[in-house]
Amino acid sequence: MLPDSLTAILPELNKAFFETVYMVGISLGVAILVGLPLGILLFVTDKGLFLQNSLIKKVVGFVVNMVRSVPFIILLVALLPLTKLLTGTTIGPTAASVSLSVAGIPFFARMVETSLREIDKGVIEASVSVGASPWMIIKDVLLPEARPAVIQAITITTISLVAYSAMAGIVGGGGVGDLAIRFGYYRYDNTVMITTVVILICLVQLIQYTGDVFARLVDKR
Amino acid sequence: MDKKGVCTLIEIRNLVKTYSTKKQTVVGVDNVSVKIEKGEIFGIVGYSGAGKSSLIRCLNLLETPTSGEIIIDGQDFTKLTSKQLRLARQKTSMIFQHFHLIKSKTVFDNLAFALKAAGVPKAKIKPRVVELLEMVGLSDKADAYPAQLSGGQKQRVGIARALANNPSVLLCDEATSALDPNTTKSILKLLKKINKELGLTIVLITHEMEVVKEICDRMAVMQDGKIVEEGPVYDLFAEPKQPLTKQFIETILQFELPPHLVESRKGKLIKIQFKGSIAEESVVSEVFQKYKVRGNILHGKIEYIQEVPLGIFIMELIGSHDEIEAAIRFITLKTQSLEVLENAA
Repeated sequence: MLPDSLTAILPELNKAFFETVYMVGISLGVAILVGLPLGILLFVTDKGLFLQNSLIKKVVGFVVNMVRSVPFIILLVALLPLTKLLTGTTIGPTAASVSLSVAGIPFFARMVETSLREIDKGVIEASVSVGASPWMIIKDVLLPEARPAVIQAITITTISLVAYSAMAGIVGGGGVGDLAIRFGYYRYDNTVMITTVVILICLVQLIQYTGDVFARLVDKR
Repeated sequence: MDKKGVCTLIEIRNLVKTYSTKKQTVVGVDNVSVKIEKGEIFGIVGYSGAGKSSLIRCLNLLETPTSGEIIIDGQDFTKLTSKQLRLARQKTSMIFQHFHLIKSKTVFDNLAFALKAAGVPKAKIKPRVVELLEMVGLSDKADAYPAQLSGGQKQRVGIARALANNPSVLLCDEATSALDPNTTKSILKLLKKINKELGLTIVLITHEMEVVKEICDRMAVMQDGKIVEEGPVYDLFAEPKQPLTKQFIETILQFELPPHLVESRKGKLIKIQFKGSIAEESVVSEVFQKYKVRGNILHGKIEYIQEVPLGIFIMELIGSHDEIEAAIRFITLKTQSLEVLENAA
């Protein structure tokens, strides 16, 4: 038997869950699509590497740091014009996905850079010494060698995006976190709040578990 | 050695490599010029920090020389465009102390990678990988990951990868230093084999004289970024001129008599060195027949360097002063290498 207050919002809860999945899914996709190349760029332009270029490194590094240092809630508001431009609206999960993506990109890029840094430099050097092109080294050496770490990075990024998505409620983004704030916090309904928090806990646990399994699966070291 | 048509394959001219930090400039390689001939195995020895690693890494431009020229097979490596350099590197391949295999790829894919890097068409990759694995004796390990191989096996994969695109030069950066003595022997044998069968020129750096003794034709000794002595391995073993070279030679040919043996001697202690064919002649027994001296061999060793014997013996000669002097003259004449040890009685 579910408490009445919970039964009442069950349809809302169901909708909110899929909104969260939707927002996180889109923004994760964009973060990977843009953040991965950016992270690689940050790494290969580093000193002593095969595409060493301190100007690119500095500029990209600066932009990444800048976006990362803006608190998400400010970013959310600041990006409203961009959101309007891209999606035609400033409310709803699609609109919230824009700011989530913008926050996710530099976050994931830095994590990719760190993952690549863990690769033994000698392996990269050996690839240079067989005369491989930069593209080949990225595709056939860097990415496969960093695969377990990149999967972990995706896991952590996903979880961060789930947490960020709770704030999306501020601009009418929807999602489970939003529900927790609106129904649970603002209306002092502890049952709803706890339920939503439990759902979020389960979601994060599931993401972490899945990530760990995949990371282990591809680790050949 | 008996190399026909000796010609220079690698010429290093006035190579300088310095490393600059904000605080100081460290000289890694200090104006080194050296010529390496086609088909030879050239060893560079030195203690760590002598600059040998910088030197060999400048050869395929893994490190950019500060100044100087690297001419391999007529091409000045320091003047190539990055695309030309990639092609040149395929012909000047390298193996490493810690192997540096791609851990996420199987042995097969590691080798296939090197071939793909050279643009070998897909259809030709598989037969070539099979051929390479056979050459290094790892035919059954194609599907293994590097983590499943022993150190020696990993180095064999490293060698196979280096040979993938039919290079003319193989650079060995401390290739056996991480291996145990037995594995080192088998890797050296393999290097010697590919040197002979493929006519590959090998440049290796090492701190182990054993390696140089085993396979090198010529060697250079490095200290503080400079080459202090250079020549055929046998000559340097037989007649080292620089103190550092002597130190390295002594790691192989070391003679130390126990003090009590030296103290209790009545006769004269001499050290004789037999080179090449003389080592096989009966100089010693001839001395005993010709002169009225008796002799005790206190210490001795014959090393085979590139299959040529080099013998060193410490003997005590007992007899009258004149006879001993005459015997010493005779041995000096025959061997051109006799040293009267000062600490003799």
